[in-house]
Amino acid sequence: MSHLVVARDNRLPHTIETHNVVREFKGHDKPVKALDGVSIYIDEGEIFGLLGPNGAGKTTLIKILTTLLLPTSGAASVGGFDVVKEPHKVRKIISLVSGGETPGYGILSASENLWFFSQLYGLPSSVAKTEIKRLIADLEFEEYAKTRMSKLSTGYRQRLNLARGLLNNPKIFFLDEPTLGLDVLTSRKLRSYIVDWAKKERKGTVLLTTHYMAEADEMCDRVAIIDRGKILACDSPLRLKEKLKENVIMKAEVSSVQADFGFVDEMKGVVGYSQTRSIQTNTTSFKVMVREEKTFTDILSKLERQNLRILSVNRAEPTLEDVYISLVGRGFEEENAS
Amino acid sequence: MRAAYARLWVRIKGSNREPEWLLAELVIPVITLSAYVFLYKMVKAPPEYAGFVIIGGTMMAFWSNVLWNMSAQFYWEKETGTLEAYLVAPISRMAILLGMALGGFVNTTLRAIAVFVAGILIFQVPMAVNEPFTALLIFFLTIGALYALGMMFASLFLLYGREAWHTANLLQEPVQFLSGTYYPTTSQVVPFMVQLLSSLIPLTFGLDGIRKVAILGQGINQVWPNVIALTIFTLILLPLAKKALDFMENLGKKEGRLTLRWQ
Repeated sequence: MSHLVVARDNRLPHTIETHNVVREFKGHDKPVKALDGVSIYIDEGEIFGLLGPNGAGKTTLIKILTTLLLPTSGAASVGGFDVVKEPHKVRKIISLVSGGETPGYGILSASENLWFFSQLYGLPSSVAKTEIKRLIADLEFEEYAKTRMSKLSTGYRQRLNLARGLLNNPKIFFLDEPTLGLDVLTSRKLRSYIVDWAKKERKGTVLLTTHYMAEADEMCDRVAIIDRGKILACDSPLRLKEKLKENVIMKAEVSSVQADFGFVDEMKGVVGYSQTRSIQTNTTSFKVMVREEKTFTDILSKLERQNLRILSVNRAEPTLEDVYISLVGRGFEEENAS
Repeated sequence: MRAAYARLWVRIKGSNREPEWLLAELVIPVITLSAYVFLYKMVKAPPEYAGFVIIGGTMMAFWSNVLWNMSAQFYWEKETGTLEAYLVAPISRMAILLGMALGGFVNTTLRAIAVFVAGILIFQVPMAVNEPFTALLIFFLTIGALYALGMMFASLFLLYGREAWHTANLLQEPVQFLSGTYYPTTSQVVPFMVQLLSSLIPLTFGLDGIRKVAILGQGINQVWPNVIALTIFTLILLPLAKKALDFMENLGKKEGRLTLRWQ
């Protein structure tokens, strides 16, 4: 395992640092590489997003950084502590909240669960009770504070989960798909709370994994795009999108879910494309990134030859999904389906 | 210690919040041991045998608690996602197990006392306790050894989940049989091999010792080998449990199975 660089050019070490981290799992016939030489750094006070489709390696990296998993090779540090050699020191300064999880005991109320978790971090009971009251008020679930966790809705459980993660006032907050399965309103509420926590209140560092583009775009100072265990790009959302300015991004909707886009792969001048089929409306929406607008015109002509009606055509502003498409050649949905 | 106390609190609070559990835990053991008491009465066994059964049934409640409510708890914590929160927290895993053990002990003791008193009163069992302190000593040593064994099993549940569940299921009846829950294994009619195997289980020494002191009126002069055996069990099992837990946690991190569900 390579040694960590703790200080460079007289600068403070990064809050989170990974060097060439590889993680393999046993496969049916050969090992599966979940992480393939991941090197990233995150500085204090940053909200850093790890964006990628399901199975890209996001959770594996979070598990390594939160001391739940050992890397096969490479090195990683959190808060200046080696995650392999000093896991106990790492655990003192971090917290982890995973989306879709409901850690705690269904038979206990929301505030009882929070008290229990506060004790795992050694908070004196009186301090814990004040902190619990504040978090419950901040996250707006006072009316459910005495409700058994088993009776809370998904949204309120996730608020409780977030409160649990903030109880120990972590220096580094790991969030693994924090808004998974939540409605738009609750997602927005939690996102804005996390940003406020990191930027206004605590100056905490956040590592967030998500496969929601808008979430990464809205919350993160920097984003790393990960696919099949490799970091493909890492920069601020703005700069990542700016790199696409030389391309043309077009959106169109065609009649029928049976539109065949196979020919697009063969065409020159196509950077990448994604498609979404809607059975309800019997339409296919597609987004394509091309080097010249003429290539898009050619695509439309070929679609018309399939007896499809072009329902709408728009020029689109680059999004993080387009960044992903430009790097991988296809969208998240196709990646998840494959 | 805060973590241990908090886990103890959860165990006690949770177990007593639904009274129907309490009822089942009190009535079912009495019914089970009644069957054995009636059987001994039918074959005109000495009246002490009813006492043996009641003590066996009472102590079995602790074994069940150790196996299903402590050792297997890591399996449930893993399935519900709470294990991840434990493992990320800066606490000793042994503190969590200690909390589970103490909470389980308090809960089970209250139920066991109720079962014991009900059994003694219903079946009019003659008690002959000449040395109550010796009885208590053996009882606490048995509990110590049992929960230390449970802590060791917890490491299996931590990593192997469902597979460990099957193993625990496999252990339930043999331990009940070998430790002599409903009959004394030290009796001449029990084959030597069975006695040898039963000597590997701390519960055997505990049951034998408590029966001798509480039913047969014996004292420390007769049960000192039980005291020594139980002390050795505890002294060996506790550090072994800690080592096993560390080993399994590390193995789980290497294999990626530590927080993996449905395995």
